Amino acid sequence: MKYTERFDGRKPEELREMDAKVGVVKNAVGSAMFKIGKTVAIAAVYGPKDLFPKHLQNPKKGVLRCNYNMVAFSGAGDRVRPGPSRRSKEISMVTKNALEPALDLSPFPKTVVDVFVELIQTDAGTRCAGICAASLALADAGFKMKDLVCAVSGGVVGGMPVADVDYAEESFEGGSVDIPVAMMPRNGEITLLQLDGEVSKEDLLKAVDLAKKGCQDIYELQRKALREKYAKEETK
Amino acid sequence: MIKKDYIKSLLDKGTRIDGRKPDQYRDPISIEYGVSAKSAEGSARVKIGDTEVIAGVKLDLGTPYSDRPDEGTIMVNVELLPLSSPLFESGPPSIDSIELARVTDRGIRECHAIDFKKLCIKKGEKIWMVFVDIYPINADGNLFDACALAAMAAIKDARFPKLDEDNNVDYKNRTDDPLPLSKTPISCTVWKLGDKYLIDPLVDEEHAADARVTIVFIENGQICAMQKGKDSEITGKDLKAMVELAEIKQQELRKQLK
Amino acid sequence: MSKLLIENKQVVIPGDILAEGMDYLPASGTFREDDKIICSQVGLVSISGRLIKIIPLKGKYVPKKDDNVIGYVKDMTYSSWFIDVGYAYEASLTLKDATSEYIERGSNLSDYYAVGDIVLANITKVTKEKSVDLSMKGPGLRKLRGGKVIEITPYKVPRVVGKQGSMISMIKDSTGCTIFAGQNGRIWIKGDNPAQELLATRAIQLIDEKGHNPGMTEKIKQFLEKNAVKKEAKK
Repeated sequence: MKYTERFDGRKPEELREMDAKVGVVKNAVGSAMFKIGKTVAIAAVYGPKDLFPKHLQNPKKGVLRCNYNMVAFSGAGDRVRPGPSRRSKEISMVTKNALEPALDLSPFPKTVVDVFVELIQTDAGTRCAGICAASLALADAGFKMKDLVCAVSGGVVGGMPVADVDYAEESFEGGSVDIPVAMMPRNGEITLLQLDGEVSKEDLLKAVDLAKKGCQDIYELQRKALREKYAKEETK
Repeated sequence: MIKKDYIKSLLDKGTRIDGRKPDQYRDPISIEYGVSAKSAEGSARVKIGDTEVIAGVKLDLGTPYSDRPDEGTIMVNVELLPLSSPLFESGPPSIDSIELARVTDRGIRECHAIDFKKLCIKKGEKIWMVFVDIYPINADGNLFDACALAAMAAIKDARFPKLDEDNNVDYKNRTDDPLPLSKTPISCTVWKLGDKYLIDPLVDEEHAADARVTIVFIENGQICAMQKGKDSEITGKDLKAMVELAEIKQQELRKQLK
Repeated sequence: MSKLLIENKQVVIPGDILAEGMDYLPASGTFREDDKIICSQVGLVSISGRLIKIIPLKGKYVPKKDDNVIGYVKDMTYSSWFIDVGYAYEASLTLKDATSEYIERGSNLSDYYAVGDIVLANITKVTKEKSVDLSMKGPGLRKLRGGKVIEITPYKVPRVVGKQGSMISMIKDSTGCTIFAGQNGRIWIKGDNPAQELLATRAIQLIDEKGHNPGMTEKIKQFLEKNAVKKEAKK
């Protein structure tokens, strides 16, 4: 089955409507909300703090720990059982790997920095939304970063390369490929890359290209949200 | 860090850390509905001062308990997310989250806030199960009252999903039918410190307090659930004073629910 | 030809390109990438001569030698105390640095500082791994009795203190409170009555929220005047 026009009328390279807000959890050192379409992620950062057992400590720098979780009522169908699953553990790991290249924790040897990501509502693209929120939360917490990290999926739906695959497209009967990509936009370095589905080399590269373009849009929004929070505080 | 002695000395002068009176809620209190409308059948966000809690309702079909073949079921769960406070840790549910969940659950279950018989589809075979999941987003004191209020708001917001021809849940389509609510329980927790009572505590005040009593009221003023917490004793005189205070103050929370 | 892309005191965020060309030098909170200087931390740009650095606005406390900090006594051994100064690991205070008094062998250490006490201490040593040593010997260093401690962003403490202590003096004078500001973001406040303490707290929290605002001194002055607690009528 061919897919020629997107269900919600978007252009192939067009992302869903987005929103970003910095400083949404007062108790945290840094925090942010990132919304893309109906997918809503909140991230909060705590630390640097003490880390035990001791063998987990790194004497040269702080350790980053990420925890991705979907709240029980956030799934598209059935209730999500609370507690970690194989899926959430893997996503926590790739989230950490996506953020770590941007982050400099060398000023905090032997400590741990915790990033908690909660998905409140989901419509596909949750790991990418989580990474976008987490990157903003880390910057808000005052950590040193080479660049912000932006993430969105590229995809091939019914033969059409697109950016930001939503749930309806993910379940398209004529076949759907989902390729989550995270990058540090200033230099275009990729820090997350996964793929689900079956795709030709040509389409893969086209889809990744669309995701990279999408990351630029996200970058603009993230930078605006972060700058606005501080500009507002500092000049009001 | 604000110590017990200091909080006590403030209470002796009729005031608190943030300048409130002992029987005063933080301002503003707000409820927002449908915060996870895409995925949850009902959802709400409650804010009391800087405390923020979200709750969601999922509805699913199941088989009834054999001793209650014509009644639906409810399950209330609270997870103290480490995202919401530096004092919460990752891992299996702490005793604090279990107590919060069970007290919130009892408040709704014991007064039959939901008419469980109306959740029966086919006696002995098929019933609706109501799952209420509650999460603090920013925990800044008084989770007992905030969680109970968020749970009721999400329950009020819930609409049944449609059933397909095989009587399976079609989560993509919702009806306009709300849950069969018969009562609205509201929880108010009164805390005791020395010989003083206070409501809506900040975290430092919670730590300093000697005892607390959560009291759940329904519309007609009847009490439908109660829990004494913390490890100090209270007297009969305390209980009377605490119930009287809670009865007045729960009305302020009740007003917020639409 | 080198070019500055930002203005002094501007709010910047990680990834911002601050300058192009080799004439400028990257200092704290910035790094060089090819011929550009890039920002790595949320903060305000500070340009002095050829140096570009960032004044951070957020973040947890990182211990520095010579800082005066407010600590909570957490634990003790027969020869030292462990004190929470707001960093990941507790700092240590040994017997010889604990007081200028002579402590006899075998004395009960909790007679000096007990678990739960609040102290104003000085950081004498920070190792590479951020092990911290404290001293209580020095002017003003002591146990803080009564009162309360509020926490603000450590980077805003210099604003609370003000130039030559001007801001903190103004708050003290107009509220009658005794106030100590620890470099670690903890502020100890003690006054004659709760209303005065609350007013001092609110003023300090206002600086925490809007600390780098030009004309902050004037704003705080107005805030204190507007909300001044009426003196109780003399009997």
